[in-house]
Amino acid sequence: MKRYRRLAMRSALLAGLGFAAVAGDLRAAEPDVIDRGLEAFRSMLKADPWSNPAMLDADRGQALWKERRGPRNVSLERCDLGKGPGVVEGAFAELPRYFRDAGRVMDLETRILWCMETLQGIEPAGLTDKPHPAANEPVKDPGAIATWIASRSQGRTFNAPVSHPREKATLRLGKTMFHRRMGPFDFSCASCHASPGKRIRRQGLAHLVNPDEARQVVGEWPAYRVSTAHVMTLQHRLYDCFWQMRLPELKLGSEASVALTAYLVKQAEGGTIAAPGLKR
Amino acid sequence: MRSVLIVTLISLGLAASLALADDRHAISERQMSRVLRQAFPSTPPDWRSRLTPDATMATCAQWGNQPPKEIADAIKRREAAAIRLPDDGNFMGDWRRGEKLAQSGYGLRFTDAEAQRPNGGNCYACHELSPDEVSFGTLGVSLKAYGRTHKFDPQHARVVYEKIYNSQAAVTCSTMPRFGANGILSIDQIKDLVALLMDPESPINKPAAAGQKGKADSKEDAGGDAAKRP
Ligand code: HEC
Ligand code: HEC
Repeated sequence: MKRYRRLAMRSALLAGLGFAAVAGDLRAAEPDVIDRGLEAFRSMLKADPWSNPAMLDADRGQALWKERRGPRNVSLERCDLGKGPGVVEGAFAELPRYFRDAGRVMDLETRILWCMETLQGIEPAGLTDKPHPAANEPVKDPGAIATWIASRSQGRTFNAPVSHPREKATLRLGKTMFHRRMGPFDFSCASCHASPGKRIRRQGLAHLVNPDEARQVVGEWPAYRVSTAHVMTLQHRLYDCFWQMRLPELKLGSEASVALTAYLVKQAEGGTIAAPGLKR
Repeated sequence: MRSVLIVTLISLGLAASLALADDRHAISERQMSRVLRQAFPSTPPDWRSRLTPDATMATCAQWGNQPPKEIADAIKRREAAAIRLPDDGNFMGDWRRGEKLAQSGYGLRFTDAEAQRPNGGNCYACHELSPDEVSFGTLGVSLKAYGRTHKFDPQHARVVYEKIYNSQAAVTCSTMPRFGANGILSIDQIKDLVALLMDPESPINKPAAAGQKGKADSKEDAGGDAAKRP
C-alpha cells in the first residue's frame, strides 16, 4: 500500500518533467528543467529505489516470467540465462555471453527472445516486428522481463565472460562497428560518443570510449526515460542512435546489436549495475 | 584521376598491412556487410549503399580519423573535386531560409520515408550560431559572429560554401557531414546557409535580442571551441 502511495507521488513529479519536455518539443531551455528535475529524482531514487516508475514494469516482467504463456503454455522459469535454468540472480552481470544451445553470443534481450521462442513456442517475428514502445506506451513484454532480470543484478559489477572464441570475436565486431562511419551523415557511434563533455543541441553525450564514463552510464540500462515516459532498453537506445545516424531500423536480437552491447559492457567492466536507471 | 587511383591503392595497401600488424583478427568487409544486412533487414534497395562507407570514410575509420599527411592530402583532393559550385557564381542566398535550415534536423531518417519537407542541415545540433538560440550543441566550433569575424569578405563566402558542401575537402575525417557531396542539401540550400553565416543582416552577426542580452555581452568567440565551455 505504502509502495503505491509513493508511486503516485513520483508519477506526479515525473509527469511534470515529461510535460516540460513534450511541451517544449525538447528545445530551448526545457532540458535544463529536466536536468534539475532528474537530479532531484535521482537522489530520491537512492533513498527509495521503488520511486522509479520502471519498477512497475519490472513487476510486470516478473509476472510474465512466471506466467504460463505461448502455444506450449509454459513459463520462462526454465530459461537458462547463463547460470543454469531458472537462475535470475546475478545473471545480467554476466551477459552477453556465448550460449552453446543457441550457438551464438547473446545479450539479455536476445536471450529472452530465444527462451520465449524455444520454451514457449512464441514466434519471434511477432516480437521483433514492432519491438519498441512509442512515446507514452509501456515497454513491450520482452523489455519488461529484461527490466526485471536486470534489476536482480543491482549492486553487482559487470563481469561478462570473454573467454570463448566467439565472445572474443563478438567484442572485436562491436568495437569495429562502433568506429565504422557510414550513412549519408558519415556518422559512427564515435562521432557522438568519443569525446568528453560534448552535447547535441542541449543533450549531453556520454563519452563511451572512456571506461570511467561507460561504467557510470551503461549499468543504468534498461532505464525509465522521462522525455518519452517509458522504459527504454539498451537495444532500443541503439535503435534510436541508428535512427539519428540515418540508418535503417536495427533488428532486435541481431548480431550487430549484441556486438555493440558486448563492446559497451566491456567498456563498463567493473562498473556497478544500477538498473533500472532514470534518463532524461 | 590516375594519381587518385595510385594513392588509393597505396592507402589500401598501408591500411591492410596496418590491420595485419595490429590485429590478426580484424573484421573483414565481407563479414561486416553480412552482419549489417542481417541487422537491418528492412533496408530499402536505395538505402543499401548507406551500409558501406565510401573510400574516404573507410580510410578515416582505418586510421582512427587521423590519417598520415599523404593520405589526408589525397582525400582532400578527391573531396574537393566532388564540389559543385553554383552556376551563377553567387555564393550567398537568403539568411532567413538559412536559419530555418540550420534549425531543422528533418530528413533521411527512416521515419521520414515519404519526405514531407526539404531536408534540414541541423547546424545547431553541433554549432552555436545565432545568439538568440541557446539550444546548441558543441561537437563543432562556435560560429557566433562568424561573418563579422571574417570581415564579411566575399572571398570567404566561397570558402564557407565549399566547407558546407564538402567538409572533408578542408578538414580530413572531420565529424561534420558532407552536406552537398552526400546529397543532403541542394546548392541553393547551401547558399542560404552561407548567407546565415556571412550576411551582415544575419542574426548570427548581430547582438542578441533583448531577452538574451546577457549572452550577447559575453566575449565574442567565433572560431573558438564552444565545447570548452560548460
Ligand atoms: C548523431 C549523434 C549520435 C550518434 C551517431 C550515436 N548516438 Fe548514442 N546517443 C546520442 C544522444 C543524443 C544520446 C542521448 C539521448 C538522450 O539524452 O535522450 C545518446 C545516448 C546513447 C547511450 C546512452 C548513454 C547514457 O547516457 O546512458 C548509449 C549507450 C549510446 N548512445 C550508444 C550509441 C552507439 C552504440 C552508437 C552507434 C551505433 C551511437 N550511440 C550513435 C547521439 C548519438
Ligand atoms: C555532426 C556535427 C556537425 C554538424 C551537424 C555541422 N557541423 Fe560544421 N563543423 C563540425 C566540426 C567538428 C567542425 C570543426 C572541424 C572542421 O572544420 O571540419 C565544423 C566546422 C565548421 C565550419 C568551419 C569553421 C571555421 O571557419 O573553422 C563551418 C563554416 C561549419 N562547420 C558550418 C556548418 C553548417 C552551416 C552546418 C549545417 C548545415 C554544420 N556546420 C553542421 C561539426 C558539425
